[in-house]
Amino acid sequence: MSLEFTVEGKNFLAAGEASSRLKHTLQHIGFPAPLIRRVAVAAYEAEMNMIIHADRGALKAEITPKTVTIWAEDEGPGIPNIELAMQEGYSTAPDYIREMGFGAGMGLPNIKKCTDIFEINTTIGVGTKLKMVIFNKQDPGSL
Amino acid sequence: MEKGVYSIFLDEERCTGCTNCIKRCPTEAIRVRDGKAKIFADRCIDCGECVRICPNHAPIPQSDAREKTGQFRHTIALPDPALFGQFKTKPSPRQILAAVAALGFDSVYEVAWAADAVSIAIREFIQEHKGEGPWISSSCPVAIRLVQVRFPSLTEQILPLLSPVEVAAKLAKEEFSRQLGIPPQEFGCFYLTPCPAQVTAIRSPYHLEHSYVDGALAISGLYCELREKISRTPEQNEPVKATAPGLTWGRVGGQTRAVQSENYLAIDGINNLLQVFEEIELGKFNTNIDFLECQCCQGGCVGGTFTVENPFVARVTLRRMASQLRPKLELEEEQEVLEYYRKGYYRAEKDVEPYSIMCLDKDIAKAIYMVEQSEKILKQLPGLDCGSCGCPTCRTLAEDIVCGIATETDCVFKLRERVQSLAEQMLALALKVPPVTVVQRQIMKTQREVLELAKRLPPVLAKPNQEKEGK
Ligand code: SF4
Ligand code: SF4
Repeated sequence: MSLEFTVEGKNFLAAGEASSRLKHTLQHIGFPAPLIRRVAVAAYEAEMNMIIHADRGALKAEITPKTVTIWAEDEGPGIPNIELAMQEGYSTAPDYIREMGFGAGMGLPNIKKCTDIFEINTTIGVGTKLKMVIFNKQDPGSL
Repeated sequence: MEKGVYSIFLDEERCTGCTNCIKRCPTEAIRVRDGKAKIFADRCIDCGECVRICPNHAPIPQSDAREKTGQFRHTIALPDPALFGQFKTKPSPRQILAAVAALGFDSVYEVAWAADAVSIAIREFIQEHKGEGPWISSSCPVAIRLVQVRFPSLTEQILPLLSPVEVAAKLAKEEFSRQLGIPPQEFGCFYLTPCPAQVTAIRSPYHLEHSYVDGALAISGLYCELREKISRTPEQNEPVKATAPGLTWGRVGGQTRAVQSENYLAIDGINNLLQVFEEIELGKFNTNIDFLECQCCQGGCVGGTFTVENPFVARVTLRRMASQLRPKLELEEEQEVLEYYRKGYYRAEKDVEPYSIMCLDKDIAKAIYMVEQSEKILKQLPGLDCGSCGCPTCRTLAEDIVCGIATETDCVFKLRERVQSLAEQMLALALKVPPVTVVQRQIMKTQREVLELAKRLPPVLAKPNQEKEGK
């Protein structure tokens, strides 16, 4: 099944809503708890990245018994240096956002840790696309 | 904790089917069917929210019968720290313990003292596992079951340490057995509890195979008698064994104070817990919090459904009472607790298991299909979450429909649409009757009226419906 949520840039009141909904859907499906945790964390980091940096975006998910694939696609400034952005602690978030406790520069590295496949496509001044895949290793069919 | 064991009984005679309770339940465990509330046993976590909200007092929390004490050779009362906040007349802590004994117990053992020991164990454990937090305190059984049911991925973060009442029962049986030469199994430990979830936790423990506690008696059930006993107990000012921090375990913030945690959050109230667990599960603030003190009731255990005093008053009373106790343990006592800790005395015997009872089917492929179907059904529902169907939200109705325990016309608005279309069909059929007589015109007029009435949707529904048609 597929799900899609829109994400509004700079709207911190709605922060985490899309990932929360995705997580609840996975719980209703009955995926194992550790998989849900990994999806939730990856989706949340991606959602927060869009809220912090982009103008608008969407979080999409495709769910099958064996895999959960998430796309985070935004219209925004893009990432100038992906290698730097993948380093822990590196952040381009403005000060006021860091004061709010976000943008500690753990976003992308954290996503990488939680996912089995992670792809980034970014165009400066246009936007960023993330693709994240998490395998359900406990599904008897995939063993 | 086993699924399907819970301590809330629903008195159908009292229930009017008003639906007040369904929305309050944090695990969506209640439905109103045939005009009466029904609790899904495997989802209820004994939080007592329905008990608090029901205007008719239909959900009744259950505790053990007092007669159960008769089965044991030697009975030991284990009064919860929250009990000490229940008396505005401010008897001394020793006087309260004496009154508890006067209820007919052979001995009394302080749970607050066990809380002192558990605090040290938690402090040690957290130091040994720095950076692996946040560790969720394991004394509130509702918090534990909330994690099991709604945040299963957090079960690994529940402290693997016994709750103070279990430690109290374990210690009490050992100590009295040594003193009196009676075998441990002939002692009956009875917990004077502020909380129905503790009753469940004893019947079906989450950290142990079998509880050390033999029964739980509601504080509210003993209250009048206790007050009377207190009024007859002469003033007693000898100190009690517990320290001030041990006694304040009964209120929110007390555990944190006793554990002396620096990076902590102390959370009370089920909705606050829901919010914080949600954020932890999404990976917020994982790095800098060591200890999460969780108490599901407002104000902590002093706000439990088996308490009598207003929780805000009880908090103040408890703090005043604690200030009469010694501020901390002696060094030797602390050393002894640490020795026990190293021997694994306070360790849980088993891990808390996650439950995936929120899921629609055991087969993932089937569950995905069902969730997809329920999303489709949800789009057809008005989205008002009015509760008239007996489900807490339109989403839960959609889920119940796919699970086969509800139908679309349980929704009053869907029912109205059905009536409307039936009336239209009736009218169309009536128009087909060939010879138009006066009588038939009359029938048609009535049918038109029916149709008009059926069309009149409640004003609140008009908007969502139009939007949907517009799409
Ligand atoms: S609140 Fe719930 S239990 Fe109480 S009368 Fe209404 S429907 Fe029944
Ligand atoms: S006690 Fe709590 S979990 Fe159980 S039915 Fe009532 S509100 Fe729901």
